[in-house]
Amino acid sequence: MPAITPLLIAQLVIIVVVFHALLLSAAAMVWVERRLAAALQQRLGPIRVGWQGLLQPFADVIKLMFKEELRPKAADALLFALAPVISATCAFAAFAVVPFGGETTLFGLLPEGMRLQVADVNVAALVIFAIASMSVYGIVLAGWSSNSKYSLIGGLRSSAQMISYELSYGMALVSVLLVGNSLSLTDIVNGQAGAWFGVIPKWFVFLQPLGFLIYMTAGVAETNRAPFDFPEAEQELVAGYHTEYSSMSFAMFFLAEYINMVTVSAVATDLFLGGWHGPFLPASLGWIWFLLKVGALLFFYVWMRWTLPRYRYDQLMKFGWKVLLPVSVVNLLVTAAGVLYFGG
Amino acid sequence: MTLFYVFAAVAVLASMLVIAQRNPIYSVLLLIASFGALSGLYVLLDAPFVAVTQIIVYAGAIMVLFLFVVMLLNAPHEDTEFDEHVHPLRRPGAMRLGAVLAAALIAELAWALSRTGAATGGDFQVAGVSSVRAIGRSLFTTYAFPFEVTSVLILVAMVGAVVLARRDSGPSVPPGA
Repeated sequence: MPAITPLLIAQLVIIVVVFHALLLSAAAMVWVERRLAAALQQRLGPIRVGWQGLLQPFADVIKLMFKEELRPKAADALLFALAPVISATCAFAAFAVVPFGGETTLFGLLPEGMRLQVADVNVAALVIFAIASMSVYGIVLAGWSSNSKYSLIGGLRSSAQMISYELSYGMALVSVLLVGNSLSLTDIVNGQAGAWFGVIPKWFVFLQPLGFLIYMTAGVAETNRAPFDFPEAEQELVAGYHTEYSSMSFAMFFLAEYINMVTVSAVATDLFLGGWHGPFLPASLGWIWFLLKVGALLFFYVWMRWTLPRYRYDQLMKFGWKVLLPVSVVNLLVTAAGVLYFGG
Repeated sequence: MTLFYVFAAVAVLASMLVIAQRNPIYSVLLLIASFGALSGLYVLLDAPFVAVTQIIVYAGAIMVLFLFVVMLLNAPHEDTEFDEHVHPLRRPGAMRLGAVLAAALIAELAWALSRTGAATGGDFQVAGVSSVRAIGRSLFTTYAFPFEVTSVLILVAMVGAVVLARRDSGPSVPPGA
């Protein structure tokens, strides 16, 4: 058993804090999404529960808890119960390797510096990719085990969509890894410190503008958000893969979707937007920059949902395979050549 | 060491249960569990890159396709047509061959396991920098030829799949025209 040191306690505290921050971020995103949607449509949105409707998500959760847990008669009981667990677990697990702040001593509480990150894995970028590729099982199994045609079609669409966009997602990731010359997200973020000519921050988004676009597009598709929200296209599939789910197992899918959005935005911040590096603030408060950047990306997510109409399914597939993938391959080749030529 | 036994037990158990399922979906899921346990073993061997690749390629990509196909074909529960009490060697045709192959496999396994004690620790070098760099370097220098040949093999498989999937090539009319 390892000795109890301040460092160990700090690590445990970080784990607890990150877990609850993710839960809260999902609740906050529900509120932001509804208020923002209302603002974009010139409505008010939820404003009754709490100040400006801030307690609305909590009211929703309490309501969901008291709902009856339903299961279709011919559903596969084991997999039906397992699917939301897989979705939620993958969503939480992916954030474990995302660094969200530089080295800190927590205002001098610790004898030595520690990183603001749950687990410092030296292949972090790939771990995120691996967990993202696992999370498709939650959706597929939910669709299959429900024994309902809407769920099944939603699940199949989603697996096809995620397989197609995962390739471009991976290619965009690899181009950044080439520029950053590391697989560790911490190293990649630290490679973006400083500024060119003292003005332009050295973010990889300026070296990889195409990569950023590809990453965000594929990220939206991976999280099944509008305009790529086919797995749950209401007009065609009722609610897609979670049609048959109710109560807290539905809430787990909901939670997973919002946490995945947060994770994709956080990873994009680390990979392209310089992570916790920013002007004005001291290094110990870098996580404020990190939160601001993630918040901006999340705003973008919601903004896009209420601006763009949904694609048609064949358009989505065509776009993924005939546009996004070739572009990302070319981007990767050009990046590799550039890194080779300029010596990284 | 405890972790090793946990992962090894999960891997072995899951692999055995794969062939004991009547529902192919469960087989696929158990195989994924087995891959996950293998990946844990790779982490214990200090090869995180291989572990993550195992998850991405096998558990994440290949098994999703397996699941996809199983679900699309809607494979029914497997029901045996013959009496389960008949000895495998007396069952018709292919089943007999399977029994022989299984016996051969068990014999080989026993032989291989009996030799593990004598094996030396091996002379794999510990990657000084990072395993990614080491793997990349050997993949593109020492093993460049097998690497390229494998990619050609995969290309052949892809072309084959396209040929098989293509409908009879008559006067091609685009769908919906």
